Amino acid sequence: MGAFKVTVRKKARYVDEDKCTGCGACEEKCPTVVPDAFNEGLGTRKAIYAYFAQGIPSTRTIDPDHCRQLNGKKCGICKKTCQADAVNFDQKDQMVELDVGAIIVAAGYDVFDPSRIPEYRYNEIPNVVTAIEFERLLSASGPTGGHVYRPSDLAAKAKIEELEKKLKKAQKTLQRYEEKFGQDSEAFYKQYQAGDFGEDEERKKWAAKYEEYLGIAKPLEQMKKEAEGFGSAKRLAFIQCVGSRDFRFYPFCSGYCCMHSIKEAIIAHEHEPETTSTIFGMDIRAVGKGFEEYKIRGGNQSGITYTRGRVAEIVEGENHNPIVFYEDTRERRVKSEEFDMVILATACAPTKGIATLAKTLGIELDDYGFVKTSPVSPVDSTVPGIFVCGCAESPMDVPESVAQASSAAQRAAEVVALQSLEKEKAVA
Amino acid sequence: MPDKNNEQLRIGVFLCHCGSNIAGYLDMEELEKFAKTLPHVTFVQRNLYTCSEGGINEIKKGIVEQNLNRVVVASCTPRTHEPLFRNSCAEVGLNPYLFEMVNIRDQCSWVHMQEKEDATEKAKDLIRMGVAKAALLEPQEPIMSEVTTRALVLGGGMAGMTASLALANRGYEVVIVEKEDKLGGMLNKISKLGPSMTDASQVAEERIKAIDQHPKITVFTKSRLVRVEGFIGKFKADVETEAGVKNIDIGVILIATGAHVFTPEGLYGYDGQRVITQLELEERLKLGLDPSVKNVVMIQCVGARDEQRPYCSRICCQVAVKNALLIKGQHPDARVSILYRDMQMYGVENEELYRESKIKGVRYINYSPDRPPEVKDDQVLVFHPLLGRELNLQADLVVLSTPMVAQADAHEVSQLLRVPIDENGFFLEGHVKLRPLDFATDGVFLCGSARYPANIREAVAQGLGAASRASIPLSKGSVVVEPIISVLVNEDACRGCGLCVALCPYGALEIRHTDKGRKVHVINVACKGCGVCAATCYQHALTINSFTDEQLSAQIEAFLGT
Repeated sequence: MGAFKVTVRKKARYVDEDKCTGCGACEEKCPTVVPDAFNEGLGTRKAIYAYFAQGIPSTRTIDPDHCRQLNGKKCGICKKTCQADAVNFDQKDQMVELDVGAIIVAAGYDVFDPSRIPEYRYNEIPNVVTAIEFERLLSASGPTGGHVYRPSDLAAKAKIEELEKKLKKAQKTLQRYEEKFGQDSEAFYKQYQAGDFGEDEERKKWAAKYEEYLGIAKPLEQMKKEAEGFGSAKRLAFIQCVGSRDFRFYPFCSGYCCMHSIKEAIIAHEHEPETTSTIFGMDIRAVGKGFEEYKIRGGNQSGITYTRGRVAEIVEGENHNPIVFYEDTRERRVKSEEFDMVILATACAPTKGIATLAKTLGIELDDYGFVKTSPVSPVDSTVPGIFVCGCAESPMDVPESVAQASSAAQRAAEVVALQSLEKEKAVA
Repeated sequence: MPDKNNEQLRIGVFLCHCGSNIAGYLDMEELEKFAKTLPHVTFVQRNLYTCSEGGINEIKKGIVEQNLNRVVVASCTPRTHEPLFRNSCAEVGLNPYLFEMVNIRDQCSWVHMQEKEDATEKAKDLIRMGVAKAALLEPQEPIMSEVTTRALVLGGGMAGMTASLALANRGYEVVIVEKEDKLGGMLNKISKLGPSMTDASQVAEERIKAIDQHPKITVFTKSRLVRVEGFIGKFKADVETEAGVKNIDIGVILIATGAHVFTPEGLYGYDGQRVITQLELEERLKLGLDPSVKNVVMIQCVGARDEQRPYCSRICCQVAVKNALLIKGQHPDARVSILYRDMQMYGVENEELYRESKIKGVRYINYSPDRPPEVKDDQVLVFHPLLGRELNLQADLVVLSTPMVAQADAHEVSQLLRVPIDENGFFLEGHVKLRPLDFATDGVFLCGSARYPANIREAVAQGLGAASRASIPLSKGSVVVEPIISVLVNEDACRGCGLCVALCPYGALEIRHTDKGRKVHVINVACKGCGVCAATCYQHALTINSFTDEQLSAQIEAFLGT
């Protein structure tokens, strides 16, 4: 305690932090588009990127798994674009040695993967999403600018865009033929089918192109017609305890999910006043300051219905609408209801790397993988001088995390203060 | 426009898109064009996020490269972002008080999402007003004040004791004021602590011993705070003790006054004998529960989550489950049923305890508030929703789980310290999410059940956390106070009437006898710049820095377009 030697691996970001001005020109020019992890894959980012817009520092990072240059292909566009000469493909991971008096573990948590619950069909039904995905859909700076568009609709729109691009390309080619032969494609095709052109190779190609064009245009028209009916999702279902309070996965309660479902339902209603939500849960644990009042207000003013019961299964209905099967424990009946979208309140899972970290630090974890503490010393790990705060300790919400961060800082400061007091004594 | 430094005014305007929060609803190009036409504006720039590192760098670059001597940011709220932008100015040598913020988001783009044109016009007005004021801004120097490195902790329960020890271990002096005759608070009344089932009294004794032995901690029991004056770093507190009133100089104050358990007079036949509260059960569990008690029924949410007390008291479910397990421990054959609305066993440990109780045979029956249970002689009737019929439960003992309620003197303490309480009488923190242990009033901090019902783990964590927050001014030894305060700009005009002194909510004004007669004096560090005095002074002798009559008039004129 009071004197730790730690080695920190600082991963290569392939951008020189001292030179980068955060202008973002590299990001604009980067040709590699990858799913954006910050937006839960609902949007895209480039291979050189900032995790999110307000992130500090704004120094960009190169994603070594997707960057063309780092994967042996020819590119380097970002390096050519950067006026500050900050891109450095040769950067290596650095090992930094530090002498510290105390260590605070604030490693956070992971979102439970709901595809582990086959009956909720998270992977199969596009309009079944996790609460964190829904959070991004609600966010004004998210992939939909805060509109609650359904993933199935978003996918259809993306498909339309893709087909439109293809169609344009085909149109251009057709145009070249039309100009060359002084005839429009439709009329030509009629003649071609009648066998007017014999075995002319070029006309054969033209005909093939026209067939390709029709093959895109017809379904595209149909899809566009369907897309006219797209709007924001108005009937929402929130399913509580997905992975939590479940013996198959995590038996504990994740603490914050009841409130985040209520919050998301209220915000969705604020965005679109016709939105109604049903929250399916065993207990609605609104236990913090003002939470019960917030829950009641959500019911009275934001179109939320609280249904006591556990959802057994979700199936896909027409128009990609999820249908929820559940037992209403107040009415003692099995019921089903169709929604536009289902949001899964996923468990707060111990973060993946925590076991390795615990081993490195020599601290003990509890049965689930949270850092072990005791009720009378809630931020002390099992090793003196090593403290913990936030969801690495156990599931908790923002105010609790903030308060606990201060607690851990206090314990760390005590250790350091104690050490300097002892040093003073030793000198005296 | 007049400028005292004879320096040419060069105002830079930064327009923030705030992602799409602003740009999604206002015509930013139009605003940019408009801002360029305003007097003294020499530079206008739009940013995706002005608060991002890139945006901040643009402000700095503007000041250095464009020689800006006034900066206006039109973006979100000064509540969260003004300090950041001010610091950015200061970092490149511009006095931070030559910065002005215009909120075109909270009261503009967010509330006029459907009216782009009108909202853009409104934003123009707001920006024009901000620029007009910026032209008249004057540099200010921060005010420094020494800090007395002693903390006053109100309340010697688990949260207060923990905070006191934490601060004392850091080397600061601590004075604990406890109204009871001994430290320990609620711990003295309860039997065992969940989920570890350690003796509450043992935990209390350990801490009390550590406090007794700590040279830095002074404890006043059977005492109460009767008067406080001063401000962060320099409070003077009068504490009424058994040995008379003590006057103590302190730098920071921690509120750890706890809460108490509601007594359910008139509910479910409460009599303190056969129908008792969980707290009364704790007493019996300490002594050992009467072996003749074979059937226990507990009822949750008694006097809570109703019209009178709409809040959920957070910890009563844990208490009930823990006590049910203790009963089972003492009398394994006893039947314990818990009638509940929602079992609030949040988190890892609580849910574990809940599971354990089910394994040990504690019965749980959900009830709806429209059809609450009934206590009749030695029976409790409850409608079982799963069975769809009413059950008749034998009950030798009925235990009512009642909420924690605010202390009777919470209102008094809140007035003494000028900190708010909420509608339920609990102290209201500075920000419910981001500043859970602070108050808007500097130098006063909060922990434990005085904030909201807390279990032992939470009380300890908050005690440590509040100590951490309080140690910031203590360890710095001095505080810097915002110079946006009241100033006696026209001493001759002041007639010493004292109207402002009577109205000042912060005790920041006093009348002094000077050569020129009775004149008001501003105690700089105590002033919060609220402006009540300046608005009241009919002689216009007082004004507020950065909110002078001249500046406000300029804003109004800019709005009216005159």
